[in-house]
Amino acid sequence: MNMTILSRLFGRPSILATETPKGPWGGGDSSNGGSGGGEGGPRNPWAVPPGGRKGAPTPTALDEFLRRARGGGGSGNGGGGGFGGGMPSANARTLWLIGTGIILIVWILITSIHQIRPEQRGVVTYFGRYVGTLDPGISLTPPAPIASVRKIDVQQIRTENFPQGDGENLMLTGDQNIVDLAYSVRWDIASPRDFAFQLKDPQGTVRATAESAMRAVLATTTLNQAIGAGRQEMEQRVADATQRILNDYQAGIRIQGVAIKQAAAPASIVEDFNAVTAAQQEAVANLNKSESYAQQVIARAQGEAEQFNKVYEQYRLAPEVTRRRMYYETMEAVLARTDKTIVEPRGVVPYLTAPGARALPDAGTAVAPTPAAPASEAGR
Amino acid sequence: MSVLRNPIAAGFAALVGVIVAAATFAIVPEEQQAVILRFENPVGVVNAWKPNERFGTTGAGIIARVPFVDKIVWVDKRVQSVDLDNTLVLSTDQLRLEVDAYARFRVIDPLKMVVTAGSVDNVVNQLRPLLGNAIRNELGKRTFATLLSPERNQLMDNIQDGLQRLASQYGVQVVDVRIKHADLPAGLPLESALKRMSTARQQEAITIRAQGQKQAQIVRAQADADSARIYAEAFTKDARFYDFYRAMQSYRTTFGADGGPEPKGSTSILLSPDNDYLREFRGTER
Repeated sequence: MNMTILSRLFGRPSILATETPKGPWGGGDSSNGGSGGGEGGPRNPWAVPPGGRKGAPTPTALDEFLRRARGGGGSGNGGGGGFGGGMPSANARTLWLIGTGIILIVWILITSIHQIRPEQRGVVTYFGRYVGTLDPGISLTPPAPIASVRKIDVQQIRTENFPQGDGENLMLTGDQNIVDLAYSVRWDIASPRDFAFQLKDPQGTVRATAESAMRAVLATTTLNQAIGAGRQEMEQRVADATQRILNDYQAGIRIQGVAIKQAAAPASIVEDFNAVTAAQQEAVANLNKSESYAQQVIARAQGEAEQFNKVYEQYRLAPEVTRRRMYYETMEAVLARTDKTIVEPRGVVPYLTAPGARALPDAGTAVAPTPAAPASEAGR
Repeated sequence: MSVLRNPIAAGFAALVGVIVAAATFAIVPEEQQAVILRFENPVGVVNAWKPNERFGTTGAGIIARVPFVDKIVWVDKRVQSVDLDNTLVLSTDQLRLEVDAYARFRVIDPLKMVVTAGSVDNVVNQLRPLLGNAIRNELGKRTFATLLSPERNQLMDNIQDGLQRLASQYGVQVVDVRIKHADLPAGLPLESALKRMSTARQQEAITIRAQGQKQAQIVRAQADADSARIYAEAFTKDARFYDFYRAMQSYRTTFGADGGPEPKGSTSILLSPDNDYLREFRGTER
């Protein structure tokens, strides 16, 4: 009997898979057709052409099974040698047992073999009681009502974003300023057992804990640190604090990291923050300009001093000659380019036409036009 | 035999069997505690929480009860939370803060919990106002500035202790109390804080600009001073020669004889024969 069940079991899938018209029951059916009910009997489902049967093999097999179970269909002569005695009731009972056996075995196979993928762990409970954790690979457990396996992905890194979706997340800093903060927390599962049994809402717990930790850290941070250089330290402190709290809950959760995506002034006053940056740049620009002025002025002073020194060194060797030479050279250069009039001053009143002479704007030369005016009158 | 021969009878028998079995056996998972009520009268707890227990050695598993007589009330064994949103806290200096907080709790005496509250949801509803009160009481004793960093352990411990006293009557253990948010309420307080920030920034910008100007002026003045020193160091060697030398330079520049740009306007010079330049011109002396 056992053998029969096994042969059925292993035979069945091959029929379904290969569509061979002949099956374990095929022999019995053909003998039925030959000896017993013959034409009057129900059509042998296995003999249906492969194309027509393709859609629904199972109902057909079930029909056959029920027909036999009912003991009808002229199968009184017995279906295959394995079915034994000719009594219809015995035959039906056997079929029932076989059917139940098949279902049971399939059930056991399906529910007691577990494939755990590399990133998963399987938390096994027997009647709800925790017995162990399955590592990746194929594992056997007792079948379904006894054991149940919950597969938990321990490698996938979950990300919680704050705030969820768009929008501002305004938070108070330690110096009573307001900062718009967006950050994310990455976590995965360190202990599938604790993750499964300790917290009612692990994800919500991670969110709440991280928010609380961020708030606590921000309350000891100034605005300038938060939007400036203090970010990295804040991230580390939040991750540590969150992990510590979760460990207190025995959550079985590992915080992989906290990332501050944005820490800025609230949008409504961001202009004022930009103005500070602009002022800083302006100040630097001013300073640069004055630095270059300083360079220029000092370089010029050094140049002139050096020039004087050089000339003076030579002058000292022959003061009188050098002095006269410089005087004449200069006068030469100056007078060569100007109109010259030499006047014997005694007793002569010089009247000058000064072509193109113009009054200079400053007060010192304002006297000049006065003698020039009578001169032009005299010329006429 | 006869049962087996009649599938309907067999099915019926199986159904009855399943119903009786389902009413008798119950699976207590690790994350649940089962309070068994016999005719509404609590008679025991299965898989009750105990400190430091290890999973696998707890009371979880399959249990049998008297069918149709014993009723099971499930009580979650895991850590759960009470969330409290937007609680207004008034500091001693009359400033308002909006606080979001949560408490994590665990039902450690499910029997007591079932008798006093009935269900976990009821416990949560009872605990929420208690948490609000505890937070308002503790935080209300502080000034605004200290409200901002209420993570001082003493403060949170006080809140937790206050809540625990009340929660104990429900068979609940408060695991942790924390503040998620402490914000300025929207509207006037938030606006004025933003305004304060904005004016502070404007002031900072002005200060930075003025400081920059000051620095620039100092640098210029220093340069002027340095150049004056350099000039003086050189020229004091012979003040008279400097006067002459500089005058020569100046003439060249003024009359456009230094190769620089042509000076504006032409120049006419009246020379007296007494002029030093024309001394030799007269040919009298020497």
